[in-house]
Amino acid sequence: MKCLVTGGNVKVLGKAVHSLSRIGDELYLEPLEDGLSLRTVNSSRSAYACFLFAPLFFQQYQAATPGQDLLRCKILMKSFLSVFRSLAMLEKTVEKCCISLNGRSSRLVVQLHCKFGVRKTHNLSFQDCESLQAVFDPASCPHMLRAPARVLGEAVLPFPPALAEVTLGIGRGRRVILRSYHEEEADSTAKAMVTEMCLGEEDFQQLQAQEGVAITFCLKEFRGLLSFAESANLNLSIHFDAPGRPAIFTIKDSLLDGHFVLATLSDTDSHSQDLGSPERHQPVPQLQAHSIPHPDDFANDDIDSYMIAMETTIGNEGSRVLPSISLSPGPQHPESPGLHSEEDEAEPSTVPGTPPPKKFRSLFFGSILAPVRSPQGPSPVLAEDSEGEG
Amino acid sequence: MRFRAKIVDGACLNHFTRISNMIAKLAKTCTLRISPDKLNFILCDKLANGGVSMWCELEQENFFNEFQMEGVSAENNEIYLELTSENLSRALKTAQNARALKIKLTNKHFPCLTVSVELLSMSSSSRIVTHDIPIKVIPRKLWKDLQEPVVPDPDVSIYLPVLKTMKSVVEKMKNISNHLVIEANLDGELNLKIETELVCVTTHFKDLGNPPLASESTHQDRNVEHMAEVHIDIRKLLQFLAGQQVNPTKALCMHRICRSGKKTLLFRVETNETSKRM
Repeated sequence: MKCLVTGGNVKVLGKAVHSLSRIGDELYLEPLEDGLSLRTVNSSRSAYACFLFAPLFFQQYQAATPGQDLLRCKILMKSFLSVFRSLAMLEKTVEKCCISLNGRSSRLVVQLHCKFGVRKTHNLSFQDCESLQAVFDPASCPHMLRAPARVLGEAVLPFPPALAEVTLGIGRGRRVILRSYHEEEADSTAKAMVTEMCLGEEDFQQLQAQEGVAITFCLKEFRGLLSFAESANLNLSIHFDAPGRPAIFTIKDSLLDGHFVLATLSDTDSHSQDLGSPERHQPVPQLQAHSIPHPDDFANDDIDSYMIAMETTIGNEGSRVLPSISLSPGPQHPESPGLHSEEDEAEPSTVPGTPPPKKFRSLFFGSILAPVRSPQGPSPVLAEDSEGEG
Repeated sequence: MRFRAKIVDGACLNHFTRISNMIAKLAKTCTLRISPDKLNFILCDKLANGGVSMWCELEQENFFNEFQMEGVSAENNEIYLELTSENLSRALKTAQNARALKIKLTNKHFPCLTVSVELLSMSSSSRIVTHDIPIKVIPRKLWKDLQEPVVPDPDVSIYLPVLKTMKSVVEKMKNISNHLVIEANLDGELNLKIETELVCVTTHFKDLGNPPLASESTHQDRNVEHMAEVHIDIRKLLQFLAGQQVNPTKALCMHRICRSGKKTLLFRVETNETSKRM
C-alpha cells in the first residue's frame, strides 16, 4: 500500500486522526479499492468511528502492490497520533505526507516531507488484524436530522466539557432539544445542574422525526466528530432509532466520508412507574420543551407546588442493548501470527437484561437483521476480542 | 415563595455576569438573599482563624427591568437560597450574546433557580438555553447568621492602589511566603511586607488618600504616621484580588483592632451599582 497526501489535505488527515483518537486506542488502517479507511472502536465497544478517504483525496493512491493481497493493519492510536500531533505544525511546514505499508517489512512508514528539505520518517510497528467492520445501516433508522456542523457546535456550547452524556430529542413545536443527562443517584444530595438547549426546526436542513422521540448518547465521543466536521465546514447527519439502538452520525463530502456509531441508552420497562407521565406508554423518553418561546413564561413558578414532570427519567441504568460485534474474517494474511477465528457464541458476561456497571455496554456492531421489537431481546452473535493479544 | 426577574440590557447582563464570576472565584457555595429592593450574595466562612466572609449588595433596579418576589411570609418578605456559585456563573456565561435573561424560582423534581437565556440567532427562530441550578432554601432560623456585617469604626482606613497592581505584587510575594503583613496609616501610606529567614520584601505605596473618618474624636490623638499592621494569609488575599473583575470606583481597606486584641481587616469595593464588602 502506498499513498501520498499533499497540501491542505495533510491537515485534514491529521484532524481525522485527532477525531478518532477521542474514541479508541487502536487504529485499524485498511486500504480498500474505494479508498483508505481508518477505523477505531472504544474499549467497551460502545463507540465505533470510521473515516474513508477516497482515492481522489490523495495525490497518489495505491491500495496494494499488484499481485499482492490487500493488507490490513492495526496500530496504536497514540503512535499514529504523535505523527499528526501538532496541527499547526502540519499546516505550516508539512508539504507532503507519504504513508506506505510493505508486506515484507513489519513497519508502517509515515514520511512527512517538510519545508527546507526536512524529512521526518516515522516507522510504526503494527499488527495484522481482522477487518474491523461494524454492521449498521443509516437507511434503516426511522429518524434523522441534518444540520451544518456549526449549528450543532453552537448547540453543544452551553454544556460543560466534562459532561458525559446528553439527550437529544424532538419537543413540542418540532423544536430540537439537547439536554444534559445525569444518572440518577440514590442519595442525591449534590444534584447536578441541568442544562437544556432548544433550537428551532429552521436551523436544520432536514428533520425527519416525530415529537417525543429522543435518544441519549455520549457527548464526549460525539464532540470528536463534531470538531472535525466544524473545521471542514460540513453538514452532519444524525440517524437514530429507538433508545437502545445505536445512533449513526455521518459526514460526507466528495473526498471523504465519516461515520461515528454510538450506543444509546435504552429504556427500562420500569419507565412507566415514574412521575405521573401521561398514560401512553411510549418506549422513548419524553422531552417536553418547557423552553418554547413564550411571551411571558412565568407560569408555575410557585415553589410550593410541584410542576408536572418535565421529563421522564430514563430510570436506572437499566439494560443496554447488546448487539453483536462481527469481525468479518477477510482474507487471512499469510504472515499473521496465530489468530484464532472469531467465536460464534455470545459472550457469557454480556447477558442482556443484566444491569451493567454504569456505562454503555457493548453495542451496536449490531446485526441489522435483529428485530427491533424488544430492546432486551437476546442479542445475536457476540464475538469477543479475537485478536488474541493482551 | 416566588421569584422572577428579567434582564434585557446587555451592559447590565455583562455586569451581573462578572459579579457572579467574582463570587465563583471566592467560594464554592454562597447564599443568595432576595428582598424586594436588593439582591445579596453572602459568604460566610466561620473559621477560627483567618476566615473570610463576604457581603455583596446589588440594587435590583440597577440590573433588572422586571423583578418580582414574594418572600417566605408577609412579615419576613425575603428569600435565602444556597447554591453552588460556579453553577450560576456557568449559566450566565451562555448569556453573553443574549437578547434576554430570565431567572425564576422553580421546582422541577427539586427546587431550583432556573436561568433561561434567549439567544440572538441568525435564523428566524430563537434559541433558548435553560439552566436549572439546584438550590437549597435556607430556613428562617438560620437567617440571623447571614445579616449584613456591622462595620465597626476602623483604626485606619485607606484607599487602595489600583487593584491590578496590587494583585501582581501580591502574586509574586506568594512564591516567597504564606503570610503577608499589611500596614497602613492615616497619611495615605500602605506597605505590603513579607518576611522570611532569608529575605524581607516590602512594597510601599504612597499618596493613596484616606477616606474621611466616621468619628473624628477617637482619632484626633492618633499619630497620623503611625502604621497599623495586620498579618494575613496571602492566598486568601489573592483570592479576593483575583476575583476582582469589576473596575471599582472605590476600593478601600479598613483596619481595626478591638479591645480584645482581635484584629480585622475589611476590604470594601464599590462600583456605581454594587457595593461589596469583605
